[in-house]
Amino acid sequence: MKLLSHIGLYINTMKGMFTRPENGRMYWKEFMHQCSEIGIGSMPIVLIISVFLGAVMTVQTAYQLVSNLIPLSTIAVVVRDSMLLELSPTIICIVLSGVAGGKIASELGNMRISEQIDALEIMGINTKAYLIAPKIVASMIMVPALVILSVVVALWGGRMAGAATGIIDPETYDRGLAEGFKSLNVIVTLSKAFTFSILLSSISAYFGYNVKGGALEIGRSSTLAVVVSCITILLFDYILTFLLLNP
Amino acid sequence: MIEVKNLKKSFGEVTVLFDISANFFPGKCNLIIGSSGSGKTVLQKCIVGLFKPTSGDILYQGKSILGMDTQERKLLRQEIGMLFQGSALFDSMTVQQNVMFPLDMFTNDSFAKKLKHVNEVLERVNLTGSNKKYPSEISGGMKKRVGIARAVVLNPKYLFCDEPNSGLDPTTSLLIDKLIQDLTREFNTTTIINTHDMNSVMEIGDNILYMYKGYKQWEGNKKEIIYSDDERLNEFIFASEFLQDAKQMRMLEAKQKRKESH
Repeated sequence: MKLLSHIGLYINTMKGMFTRPENGRMYWKEFMHQCSEIGIGSMPIVLIISVFLGAVMTVQTAYQLVSNLIPLSTIAVVVRDSMLLELSPTIICIVLSGVAGGKIASELGNMRISEQIDALEIMGINTKAYLIAPKIVASMIMVPALVILSVVVALWGGRMAGAATGIIDPETYDRGLAEGFKSLNVIVTLSKAFTFSILLSSISAYFGYNVKGGALEIGRSSTLAVVVSCITILLFDYILTFLLLNP
Repeated sequence: MIEVKNLKKSFGEVTVLFDISANFFPGKCNLIIGSSGSGKTVLQKCIVGLFKPTSGDILYQGKSILGMDTQERKLLRQEIGMLFQGSALFDSMTVQQNVMFPLDMFTNDSFAKKLKHVNEVLERVNLTGSNKKYPSEISGGMKKRVGIARAVVLNPKYLFCDEPNSGLDPTTSLLIDKLIQDLTREFNTTTIINTHDMNSVMEIGDNILYMYKGYKQWEGNKKEIIYSDDERLNEFIFASEFLQDAKQMRMLEAKQKRKESH
């Protein structure tokens, strides 16, 4: 029952965003601000995680490929496809649901508790459109960009780790990256990143916007936003993988 | 003018307002007073449209707010300014950006014109030179004044203030009261103020509505309130021992005057 009421309120909140902006210039300014917050703000952690993901994937794949019959370039193929199909979109979006999603929820929660949302409403501003929509649209653009960046950095990280440990030389690694490349994998990456971006931003915004109580509830709603975003991302990860890669 | 007709508001099974009817006049400071939990804030939030009444009606210039479509309500809200109890300033914006925000959103004026207007309003609330400060860098009284500046920057027809004196020292409270009263007179604004500060009541109470446990208990003005024989109102206004003495002095004065006139 509680789940159904949450879903109903979530749909209602999202539906309320679709109105004509009071002033397009202000909405654009807010959108650009959110692009910077979500995109630039989350970039350092995305870069760090991606380098290590790529490095670990290279070492781990080499450890598992013990047969002399398998060429070394296969390590790069496995790292590339793992990063594209699963690790970059899913892990990075889960991290972003904590970094960007938590921030969205706590920012909106704080605005709700301190009556800043009421102040905007009194001015005649549609707060759902002004506060939530720019965050979701910015996420839809910045999250796929971060995921693509993550793939590139992870592949570079894998190349570095391979060279540093002597597992695979850079030339073989580069050859492996080009081997049997399917453009469908990039489409899967972007589809997942795009879907997850909507989920993580809208769920976080929903929990922040509808918070009731005081400072303690802001913390609770942020935590809940991250937990629900992660679970929903994993659920949709399975659904999208099944739909896009089911032979 | 704002008219409230037979207003009732319930949250689930709990009724907070019972059959409230009142008129609030332009150019006057209309005060809603009462103890904490008496329903002042809920009444004000119903009038301003943040809460939907369970029954009854609210009329702005004779037009029901409940019958308005989204666009009409949006336009009405652009004529409303509100000062919140906690000021509700945007934390991430400077004083200047806070005051300029309604102008940015609803006008297409140049930055220079908006800045000139903001500076005029800030001067009006004695905050010249504070443009670049953030809300976290200013005092409670200054925050209230920034809140007032933001509320009046679009010259609203209706001004709502929720406990403008809460948490302020008596001198700053008087300054805030005077400022609200001056702005009300100057722009002929229909001002509705929620307060339980008796100094404010005696300073600016042109029209006073006393709420008791969700009911309208008494209505009058600052001259009448002190001589009211409503027991609940007297309990509220003469709560402190100091004011008990004041009440007795007033009664003696009144007796003396009556004797002299006879």
